[in-house]
Amino acid sequence: MADEAEPVTELRLGRFHGGLRLEPNKTLSTELPLKSAPIPPRLVHPLNQHAGASSEPMVEIGERVLRGQPISSPTGFISAPVHAGSSGTVVAIETHPVAHPSGLDALCVVVETDGEDEAYAGYPAIPEFATLSPIALRARVRDCGVVGLGGAAFPTAVKLNAAGALNALILNGAECEPYISCDDTLLRFRAHDIASGARIMLHALEVGRCLVAIEDDKPAACEALAGAVARLGDPRIEVVRVPAIYPEGGERQLITVLTGEEVPADGLPADIGYLVHNVGTAAWVARAILAGEALHSRIVTVTGRGVVQPQNLEVRIGTPIADVVAACGGYTEHARHLLMGGAMMGFSLPSDDIPIIKKTNCLVIGTAEDIAPRGPARACIRCGECARACPAQLLPQQLYWHARADDFDKADAMNLFDCIECGCCDLVCPSHIPLTRYFRYAKSQIWHNERDRVKAERAKRRHDQREARLEEARAAKRRRLAARTRALEAGTARETGRKAAIDEIMQRAQEKKDAGDGGGEA
Amino acid sequence: MITAILTVTGLAAIFGLLLGYTAVRFRTQGDPVADQIESLLPQTQCGQCSYAGCRPYAEAIAAGEAEINRCPPGGESGIRALADLLDREFVPLDPEAGEEKPRAVAVIDEDRCIGCTLCIQACPVDAILGTGKHMHTVIADECTGCDLCLPPCPVDCIDMVPIGTDIETWTWPKPADSQPPGPAARLSGAA
Repeated sequence: MADEAEPVTELRLGRFHGGLRLEPNKTLSTELPLKSAPIPPRLVHPLNQHAGASSEPMVEIGERVLRGQPISSPTGFISAPVHAGSSGTVVAIETHPVAHPSGLDALCVVVETDGEDEAYAGYPAIPEFATLSPIALRARVRDCGVVGLGGAAFPTAVKLNAAGALNALILNGAECEPYISCDDTLLRFRAHDIASGARIMLHALEVGRCLVAIEDDKPAACEALAGAVARLGDPRIEVVRVPAIYPEGGERQLITVLTGEEVPADGLPADIGYLVHNVGTAAWVARAILAGEALHSRIVTVTGRGVVQPQNLEVRIGTPIADVVAACGGYTEHARHLLMGGAMMGFSLPSDDIPIIKKTNCLVIGTAEDIAPRGPARACIRCGECARACPAQLLPQQLYWHARADDFDKADAMNLFDCIECGCCDLVCPSHIPLTRYFRYAKSQIWHNERDRVKAERAKRRHDQREARLEEARAAKRRRLAARTRALEAGTARETGRKAAIDEIMQRAQEKKDAGDGGGEA
Repeated sequence: MITAILTVTGLAAIFGLLLGYTAVRFRTQGDPVADQIESLLPQTQCGQCSYAGCRPYAEAIAAGEAEINRCPPGGESGIRALADLLDREFVPLDPEAGEEKPRAVAVIDEDRCIGCTLCIQACPVDAILGTGKHMHTVIADECTGCDLCLPPCPVDCIDMVPIGTDIETWTWPKPADSQPPGPAARLSGAA
């Protein structure tokens, strides 16, 4: 790749604050080529696999579904449908354990597969994507359930909507977290999809430049993508090698590295003219448009010393983890821990009955020695190491005091919500304080209090309206009563008047009679 | 001597007038302390505090007529917030008012409901829907879990069902200092 068409650009790179150079541990899973995992007998599709509102089931028990057929519909703007991972019959719509740190159950559509893997034909392929309007492209991406595959699973269609003019689209292939190699694998084996997806995204966003960031410890990935871009001959797409520092894959950190600019704390990348999508998302955008396929599978890294053959597999969404591990030769006898996500930001799962979802990038099966014993937390010695490591330029030590004291307003005022929970501060803390856990706790408490506040406000409004209505009803009743009393009084007055008149007439008549009688006598 | 007396009297008169004018001109509407107190109350409108709702209770606290520990739905954290605001000592919840219970929502057994509308009249936030001789139902999102619909029901068809935690409302537990490191894990080599 030394010819002139080489699209690998050498940019003058910026540097984000903090971060750590970590042992990547990626070669464990990158020795074997990409393989497809077998279709399991049962697929469990959670209805909320994305950021935003959950989706609603739109199939019935007993219905036959095809691969890529929608089985649920989005319930809001920020929401996404879920599609069947393979063809089969819906056997249940029920709660099932899902991949979530809470370990709670959520509503899932369970499909018993029939092994035929018949494809759904509801989305025609659009090879000439440039003939479509950006609006139509977005609608297709939304219908196909494409969400950010880097881990946050934010609905892609929403993020393919540039509010203003953009400088560049950034595709994130800087897979910085130790152990994870699914984007690296995708870049090496599906580079053409990524490059095509980049062109579609450029068209949808009406942008003229795309930067694909790949860490410099993945030369094969870089070369594969540069080759694919050269074959497409699109000068708008540039491949950029970036140094491997954790957490460079963070959206804001990557922008700083590539452009030297910083996204404002209360702003979005689009505010400074950039939009970041994961390379996996770009590949699925290409498949949704060019092949008419809905998101029904993804590449998952299965790694760690607790699995017989660590590797990257293309797995159907909804496949139980147990089936994925079995496809990798099963557990070794030393397997002790199951994590979803990487070594830094992943969370442990209580069982392997949980299905793979759209945001599952990695499964780490660790042995007892892998989880390095860490002493109990000791007192903070105010060394400031955490602030030096923090890629968001926060003061973890201060945030920790406030979170520990449940002083959430102060933590919020110190930009707690800019924390990306990368875990760098935890790792450098000499006192082994689980800082990130405190921040997660504080964030979720703030959300919880906010929900309570909104609910209380609504209750108060309804109570006040009811009081006002009752008061109005009472006032109306009083007015009615008063009117009736007046009417009665007026009636009595008239009656008395008439009676008096009658009496008077009677009296006059009597007097006349008396007078007549008297006259007769006289 | 006379000058001094006159000066002081004159000053007093001027300041008096000034104060009198500002008191009228910049008069605060309503009771700001009661407003602040009210914003800390859970707005359940349950009346367990023995006042007719959250606003009357807030006014009573502001006027110094009520203790701050009479709101069971607000619970201990509510009392702490009130103590903070009013700079008073924390006092445990008054058992006479009731005890802190998990949040619940009223559910009407629609087979048993006779459509008497008594619960509709009792609901402080208009969260029950229905009309005479027709089945009633609770708008779960609006129900504050105040229990006020329970006593008037002649057929005892309303149950208070505790609201469980789902993935949307789940919160991370507070880490204990002595707790071993969590699963967001220190895999060897990550350091």
